[in-house]
Amino acid sequence: MTTLDSKVPSGPLETKWDRHRFSEKLVSPNNKRRIKIIVVGTGLAGASAASTLGQLGYEVECFCFQDSPRRAHSIAAQGGINAAKNYQDDGDSVARLFYDTIKGGDFRSREANVYRLAQVSTQIIDQCVALGVPFAREYGGQLANRSFGGVQVSRTFYCRGQTGQQLLLGAYSALCWQIERGQVTMRPRTEMLDLIVVDGHARGIVVRDLVSGHVTAHTAHAVVLATGGYSNVYYLSTNASGSNVTATYRAWKQGAAFANPSFTQIHPTAIPPSETHQAKLTLMSESLRNDGRLWVPKVPSGRRPPNDIPSSERDYFLERRYPQFGNLVPRDVASRAVKTLCDEGRGVGPGGHGVYLDFTDVIEQQGLDVVRERYGNLFDMYQRITGEDAYRVPMRIYPAPHYTMGGLWVDYNLMSTIPGLFVIGEANFADHGANRLGASSLMQGLADGYFILPYTIGHYLATTKITPIAEYHRESREALERVASRVTKLLGGQGRRTAASFHREVGRILWDHCGMARCEGGLKRTLQSIPALREEFWRDVAVPGSGETFNQELEYAGRVADFLEFAELICHDALHREESCGAHFREEHQTPDGEPKRDDTRFSHVAAWEYRENGPPILHKEPLTFEFVQPTARSYE
Amino acid sequence: MKFTLKIWRQQGPDDKGRFVTYQAHEVSPDMSFLEMLDSVNQGLIVKGEEPVAFEHDCREGICGSCSLVINGVPHGPERGIATCQLYMRRFSDGATITIEPWRARAFPIIKDLVVDRRALDRVMQAGGYISVNTGGAVDGNVVLIGKDQAETAMDAASCIGCGACVAACKNASAMLFVAAKVSHLASLPQGKPERTRRVTAMMEAMDREGFGACGNQYECEAVCPKSISVRFIATLNREYLRAGVVESGAPTVPEAPHAESD
Ligand SMILES: Cc1cc2nc3c(=O)[nH]c(=O)nc-3n(C[C@H](O)[C@H](O)[C@H](O)COP(=O)(O)OP(=O)(O)OC[C@H]3O[C@@H](n4cnc5c(N)ncnc54)[C@H](O)[C@@H]3O)c2cc1C
Ligand code: FES
Repeated sequence: MTTLDSKVPSGPLETKWDRHRFSEKLVSPNNKRRIKIIVVGTGLAGASAASTLGQLGYEVECFCFQDSPRRAHSIAAQGGINAAKNYQDDGDSVARLFYDTIKGGDFRSREANVYRLAQVSTQIIDQCVALGVPFAREYGGQLANRSFGGVQVSRTFYCRGQTGQQLLLGAYSALCWQIERGQVTMRPRTEMLDLIVVDGHARGIVVRDLVSGHVTAHTAHAVVLATGGYSNVYYLSTNASGSNVTATYRAWKQGAAFANPSFTQIHPTAIPPSETHQAKLTLMSESLRNDGRLWVPKVPSGRRPPNDIPSSERDYFLERRYPQFGNLVPRDVASRAVKTLCDEGRGVGPGGHGVYLDFTDVIEQQGLDVVRERYGNLFDMYQRITGEDAYRVPMRIYPAPHYTMGGLWVDYNLMSTIPGLFVIGEANFADHGANRLGASSLMQGLADGYFILPYTIGHYLATTKITPIAEYHRESREALERVASRVTKLLGGQGRRTAASFHREVGRILWDHCGMARCEGGLKRTLQSIPALREEFWRDVAVPGSGETFNQELEYAGRVADFLEFAELICHDALHREESCGAHFREEHQTPDGEPKRDDTRFSHVAAWEYRENGPPILHKEPLTFEFVQPTARSYE
Repeated sequence: MKFTLKIWRQQGPDDKGRFVTYQAHEVSPDMSFLEMLDSVNQGLIVKGEEPVAFEHDCREGICGSCSLVINGVPHGPERGIATCQLYMRRFSDGATITIEPWRARAFPIIKDLVVDRRALDRVMQAGGYISVNTGGAVDGNVVLIGKDQAETAMDAASCIGCGACVAACKNASAMLFVAAKVSHLASLPQGKPERTRRVTAMMEAMDREGFGACGNQYECEAVCPKSISVRFIATLNREYLRAGVVESGAPTVPEAPHAESD
């Protein structure tokens, strides 16, 4: 039976983390050598955690499914990373970053976690600079900043349009050092397929070596999941093609509660889908909204070229509806506005799936060179994909699934409901509530990995009696068998349909009924259609080749099988939440002019779902209490 | 559009491998090269055949996974992009396209178009880092770094580690890769204290892994998806030379405490 104890320290917000760190027990240096920790994932969260744990003296075994830890999906983050440095002296502070994040998340996150995140944000920048991350600089040599959506200060640090790449290369280099020192054993091309739980504690994982196909059990004193987000459940998303839910989903089936699975961020500015074979959507960084203006023709103008439409006939809809924040409203607000217009038939481009993002004004005011320097790589990317030159014709953009605020439930110590199983980065649910602000995920991943987990896991290890277990312990054998029988089942079918066709279908269903807008009827129908689709999958999926070799289709089919189960959990969560908050918009709960209506009396809680073998998942609620900020209607007008 | 594809198929490292011809029909010019391969693979799967193995993840030119030699050129005919950023509108309808894996002694083939590039990671592990512990770093603005210098570091740091430079080089040298890594850290003040050890260790690792010597032909720069300049190879050579001088104990100019570009 799952119980949710957030373990948030009492007392003033500002000193919670310091006091907590002091009261935590430490593991003595000599004992650390004898303690082994498994880290799954090498994105910002996993690489920073594994390297720091190695540096502290633990024996670390680290896994990722790519051929190199440096290729984790974090590498693709473009825009930047937030920190409350207040280098611009524009009124920023830890308190303001805290407040912006709580409000941006529409009052559905835990105050204590968010405050701590804002506090350690400043250390992250220092750490990254020390590791050689080449952040953008001013002429005077100081670190440069840009602004991002949902806030009124400039606190985002960046490396051109490649911030994730540079931060990950920094964390990866720290990891390389620990691998060289023998503190970390790195196992790339190895996929976790199950969790080993012994006497209620997480004690290891079962993995498949993606080259040889060997399935093996790895045991340890504790397990850390840093396996990223699951936006790919929608099939088309901005995520890397390998991103998936398998690790956290399998942990869920072993007893870890899953929190707010339906909170999915749909990013407003991606390149619109253009054709049926499309495998992914490409993000155009949010930073473009600093200078680009969103508009559609006031009356649908058919194929009329945008440059022929005079400004009196354009509707700059975000500036009109949200005069204070204009084009820089948070992502959920912008995405919904775009969707509403397109649903009304006012969209532009093929199928009316798009709005213009126009740079004419800034090019006129500041010159082409300035724009080229700021966004050149994005404009190039846009041209390559669409064949259009955005310096001359406005970009077309459309929302795309991008980030999952939901994830495994964790307490203040980042531990799940299974003792010894810690979850960090996008894989947990902790800090972003119902909507994440731009440039805050990189911050959270590195906060978790460099600065928070290394402390909190020490306390667990110092205070828990952990007995040695043999590799062929009963629970390990059972987990191995679960994995082996699934692999056999996937390969055994005589099917005629590809895993991708099922993936596309479940993605489409979710996008239509559990995407930017949700309603009771649609969700209930979806809860009926998904099991049927899943049955068809197991009856009719075609997976060629064998399990004893490198077999990409087998890997993929396994991930799709998990998506097909997980999609149902998402819908249960969306159905239960009879309110609109952040990215979760229930059509039944809106004001007459289409703004979301939150319900703090009934839904000021985290929804944490427990797995049940036969029957729907069980809902547990962690109440959210706000001691330091008063939840208000979230207005950006 | 339609195309004839000659694709390298190889069951595993011990198989000899061969080209197999496939037809790609109903290709739209807006498809990416990898989407075109996806659709060929979908066709193979429903026929019960094994799809062509190839590497991909981000599909936007940043992770460095994708790695195809297209018509003899790593990452294909367009400069400054990775395979995943190549679109079919770049090819003429009806063309025959050959597709091969990276070929280099240090990159053994795993299957079809997928190779093992862990050698690059091992070169990084030999010294491609700044050894600072987590915590205790000074404020990020304490050491000022000029904009130009930061830009130079960033130019070098853009390397996505795909290995195209190795695949393009007759000697299968990894000089451009190592040069990018060494130059990135050497051009920042934080990287200075370890520069001697770093460059020596990485060069030794490069030899150990079976990468060849630089032949000064610059095919590497031509195929680099990030257009990393070969002038960084000159920086690497300078760093290496300098390290030799430092190690042999000859008197050297004392290191400047702060950043100046060199
Ligand atoms: C295009 C794009 C741009 C973005 N830009 C920004 C930005 O500018 N600022 C910002 O703050 N955020 C941004 N984000 C979000 C941010 O990049 C991610 O949320 C963040 O990088 C996630 O990091 P992570 O460490 O949690 O996971 P990831 O980087 O996704 O890493 C997951 C790791 O887990 C491993 N893994 C997963 N499953 C398994 C398994 N079963 N077995 C073994 N290994 C496994 C993978 O191999 C990988 O190493 C962006 C996201 C996208 C898609
Ligand atoms: S798939 Fe990531 S660079 Fe091509």
